[in-house]
This record gives sequence, C-alpha cells and structure tokens, in this order.
Amino acid sequence: MSDALLFKDIDEPGLNTLAVYEARGGYSALRKALQLTPAEVLEQLEASGLRGRGGAGFQMGKKVSFLPKGSMNKYLVCNADESEPGTFKDRELMQKNPHLLIEGIVIAAHAAGADRSFIYIRGEYVLQADILDAAIAEAREAGLIGERILGSDTTLSLVLHRGAGAYICGEETGLLDSLEGKRGNPRLKPPFPANQGLYQGPTLINNVETLSTVPAIMQMGGEQYARLGVQSSTGTKLVSISGHVQRPGNYEIELGVPSREIIYGLAGGPPEGSEIKCWFPGGSSSPVLTPAELDIPYDFDSLAKAGSMLGSGAIIVVDEHTPIVELALKVAKFYRHESCGKCTPCREGTNWTVKMLERIDNGEATPMDLDIMASVQDHIIGNCLCVLGDAMAMPIGSMIAKFRDEFEQHIETARMRNNLTLTPAPADEQVLFAGGSA
Amino acid sequence: MTAIPRLGGSSRASGWDRATDSEKDPALIPDPATTEVPAELREQIEDAMARYPERHSAAIPALHAAQDLHGWCSPEAIEQVACVMQVTPAYLDSVASFYDMLETSPVGRHSVYVCTNISCSLRGADALLAAVSEAAGDDPEFNVRAFECLGACDIAPMASVDGVYVGPLEISDVPQLLEDTRAGRPVLPEKQLATRLVADPDANSQEFPAHAVEEGKR
Repeated sequence: MSDALLFKDIDEPGLNTLAVYEARGGYSALRKALQLTPAEVLEQLEASGLRGRGGAGFQMGKKVSFLPKGSMNKYLVCNADESEPGTFKDRELMQKNPHLLIEGIVIAAHAAGADRSFIYIRGEYVLQADILDAAIAEAREAGLIGERILGSDTTLSLVLHRGAGAYICGEETGLLDSLEGKRGNPRLKPPFPANQGLYQGPTLINNVETLSTVPAIMQMGGEQYARLGVQSSTGTKLVSISGHVQRPGNYEIELGVPSREIIYGLAGGPPEGSEIKCWFPGGSSSPVLTPAELDIPYDFDSLAKAGSMLGSGAIIVVDEHTPIVELALKVAKFYRHESCGKCTPCREGTNWTVKMLERIDNGEATPMDLDIMASVQDHIIGNCLCVLGDAMAMPIGSMIAKFRDEFEQHIETARMRNNLTLTPAPADEQVLFAGGSA
Repeated sequence: MTAIPRLGGSSRASGWDRATDSEKDPALIPDPATTEVPAELREQIEDAMARYPERHSAAIPALHAAQDLHGWCSPEAIEQVACVMQVTPAYLDSVASFYDMLETSPVGRHSVYVCTNISCSLRGADALLAAVSEAAGDDPEFNVRAFECLGACDIAPMASVDGVYVGPLEISDVPQLLEDTRAGRPVLPEKQLATRLVADPDANSQEFPAHAVEEGKR
C-alpha cells in the first residue's frame, strides 16, 4: 500500500519521541480538533464510517454518540489488552508510534466529552508500556494532556494501567472490572458501558488501532477517509499474519482487497511445497475458512457473509501437514484456560470440549461424539454474559463442519493404533462420578 | 486440615483446587500499627492509589510491586498490600489468583514464558518449551512455563524472558538464552523484538529502515 496511514514511516528513528512526532506533523490533528466543537468532531467520526478494530467492528462514531450529554465525569478507556491469539498489530503501533495513540485518545475524548482516560495494556507488553509511559510524560509536560489542553476548554487526564495476564480482560466489561481492581469477570449487558461503565460512569471503550486512526480522520476529513476501502468497511486496516507463511508480520491494507493477495502477495504464502489447509481470518475466535475461500474480499461484511469474521484482523495460516484435531485441541485448551468461570455454559463447555477432543485424539470416541460435540458448541453460543465461550464454539464448530472426514479418520486411525474396541469392556470398579477423570 | 479433592477445571475459578480452613476466623484488614511494610513498597502502592479515582483500582499495580519485592504474592506480601490499601487479604487473594502473571506460589527469580498458542505451536513451540524446561532442569532460579498467546506471532516461536521478547527461537538458542539470563546480560540481543522492523515493505520510505538498522535500536 502506497498511502499508509498508520504505518507511514513507522521505523523512523525516534518516532516514539515527541520531538520527531511533532516534526512530521504530529498533534496538528489535535490542534484542528480543538478548534471544533465536540459535535463537529463527532460528525467527522461518523462520516468516516470507521468501524472498531478490536474485534466486534462496531461503528466508532455511533459508539461515541451513545454517551449521554451533559456535564458529568465521563471516561475514555483504550483497550490495549491485545490478547486474541494471532494478533500483534497494537503492539507494533504502541511500541513505535505511541504519540499517535495519545493524540487519538485526546481527540476522541474531546468528541465524547470525557475528562478522564485510561489505557489498559496487557501486563506482558513491558517494552510497549515503558515506551507509552515515557510518551505520556512527554505529552503531559507539553500540555497535550492535562488541564485546559493547548489553551482550550478541554481537560483530560491519562493513566496507563498494566494488566497481569488474562485474555478475558480484552472483553470490554471484563476490562472495566479489572481496571476497577477486581477479578476480570464480564458484566451483564445492558447496561452498556456507554451508560454505566467504569466506576459506574458513562464510558467509551475503543481499541488501540481504532483510536490511532482518529488523527488521520481529522486530517483528511471523515468523508475523504470513507473513500478508502469499500462500502461499510471503510479505511485501512492493520493485518497481523502468522502461522505457516513465509513473511509473517504486520501489514497495512486497504479493506476489501482479496484475502489471497494478503496471504500470498504480502506474506508469501505457505513455505515451498506445502498447501494451505485452512486459515483463521480474524484471530483464533473466527470460524476457519478453506483454500477455496481465499478470494473473499478482506472486509467486515464479505467475511461475515462467508460465515466467519474479520475480528481483530489476525490471519493465521495452517498448512496441510497439521492435523485438524491437534489444531482444535490447541484452540479449545486456550479457551478452557482463559474462561473466567462465571457462566456455566462456557466454564463447563470449554472443559468438556477439551475432554472430548482428547478422546478423539486417543481414538476413544465414536463419530457420534462429533455430533455431541457440535451440540455442545450450539449450547454455548449466545448463552453467556460475554462471547468467550462463543469464541471457542465458532471455530471448533467450523472445523467439525468443514473437516468432518478428517476427524472421523483420526478417530479410526488412533483407535487402531491404540488397539481399542468400539464397545469398551465394563470397568471393574463402579464409577459413581466420572467428572474428574473422564 | 485435609485437602478437599476437586474436579479439574478452569484455571481462573479460585479455590477450585485449594481447601479452605473453615475453622479459622476470616482475616481482617491488617492494622497499620502492627503491620510492617517496607517504605519503598508503601510508596509505590500509595503512588498507584493516587492515580485512580478509586483506590481499589491500584490492586494489580500494587500486587505487581509486592511480587517484585517478595518474588511472589506470598501471604506476607498480600498482608502488606492489604495494610496499605486498607482492604482484606482475601480480596487481594481473589485478584492475585485470577491473573497469570501474579504468582500464588514461590517461583524462580527469572521468568521464561514460552508462548505455546496456535501460531507459535505451528512453528515448533512445544518442542521449544520442552527444550527450555529440560535445559533449565530444576534450577531454582528459573520459572519456565507455557504461556498463552503473548502477541508476538510474527517472531514465532518466541519467549518472554523477564519481560523481554525474543524470537524466532531455534532449539540451539536455548543454552545461550539461559546463559545470558543467568549472567544478567541482555538476552539474545540479535533476536529481541525491540530491534525488529515492521514486515510491511510499503510502511517505510527508503531512508528510514536503513537508519534504524544502523542504530540497531529504536
């Protein structure tokens, strides 16, 4: 892409310092925004059609407009808990261009009328947090955050909060509980954070990439930004590609390019001599797609229409030599580990899915177990406070649907290998409760 | 007190595999007059509390600070944090047991988190973890563990060594990795994420990547 918005000269030495950032025009979007009323800034955000880059893809402008008007403490929280497997784009942004994020936060807070803001960064990102801390200090010193920013009426505090390792804290309400100093359990919605979020106050929560896009929208104008990409998926998107590709990494693409172009053109495709078996288009939570679906345009709606999702923009490519059962087990174990345990369908569903997959892997299952496993997934989806359980159920469900033959073959091969019969001999001891060892 | 056997399950449900002594009175908020807290730790916790509108928000930063001092969230560490924050130890225990980076039992001083999530395992992370575990052996200085996606799939397979991301790692890097850590040197300097350029060839104009490579560091 020739006109990178987020990644333009990202490796320029010293870009993480205020001096270099300002020398190349940084914070001029903020100056421009502060000349406008919050409503005018919001108008630009809505016109841009920018959709959330964290996973859900909700229109950012709309989210801002949901916050109640009037004078009260309102909060802006930047979700930097990037932990969706396969995603590492926010890491690169924060590490190399922290002031872009800070500028975006101040503009968005101005539009939303928020006077307190937080960045919730995952605890593992030590380097990125240190860089952000230094950048925040510089910005505060220069009057870019704090009381009456650049002489305007806008006031904003900004605090960097380091997490301590929990995937669920990337879920917006789990994040809020964690930021309030509790276990990161998700909350019941409604009330939505826009009405009752952090410390029970109205709260706007946005992803790092979403907020980092805001300065560009202010610079070029919302309508101009909306010309990039395709209808209903406007703008550019950072894509993290990993797994079996020759050039894994972050790429900035214009939404709507064919997925094949990203996987083969940019990332070089799988290593010589191997073919793609399947690929996750948007992190490990997205249903897998097959090589036949490589020509789907990479945007929110096209991927949704194909039964998957763009999610966080993390493509994981899996080659033909990887057993699908092994992949499913890896996914299921991750979600079992990360389930907070609050809702039964997720806590038990993830646990049982792992057990059933282990039985499949050992050849102790029958093909009928695949149907039972699919039904477990059906019972998780939509039945929990948050979508962590769904995030396991969707990819596992898609793997069973698309690779059922391989699952059945795997069971049969493992059964033969381990010399098991289909009807197990009755156990010597009567099992009263098999939950612990099954 | 006999341990109550529990079903294996989600790691985040605290008390799942720990027995509770119901004979004992619940611990109260520690009395500042009788609880000794190292001055430096007290200052760190008070600083953290001052950053938020609600003091409870400082729980994670405060536990991080206490863990840095004590090596893990020991009962003594929890007691000290509880005293400064004026909350019950049980409250902090509930927080500490939720998060992967907060240790609720004693561990080695140097943490080596090996990412074993999808992208890393597709590129050999499980063998890497086995190699690191074997090489570290029972050295009490090391806390080697499998970790969920660390957000660095571009350098898969990778590890976070005392918070420093290194990758892509080969099995042959393992002795050097441990040796550097033991000696307190920067770990595998040429494989650190900090010096890596973005993969997107269109992101940089011609002159910048060259500079960045020369300086070797951002």
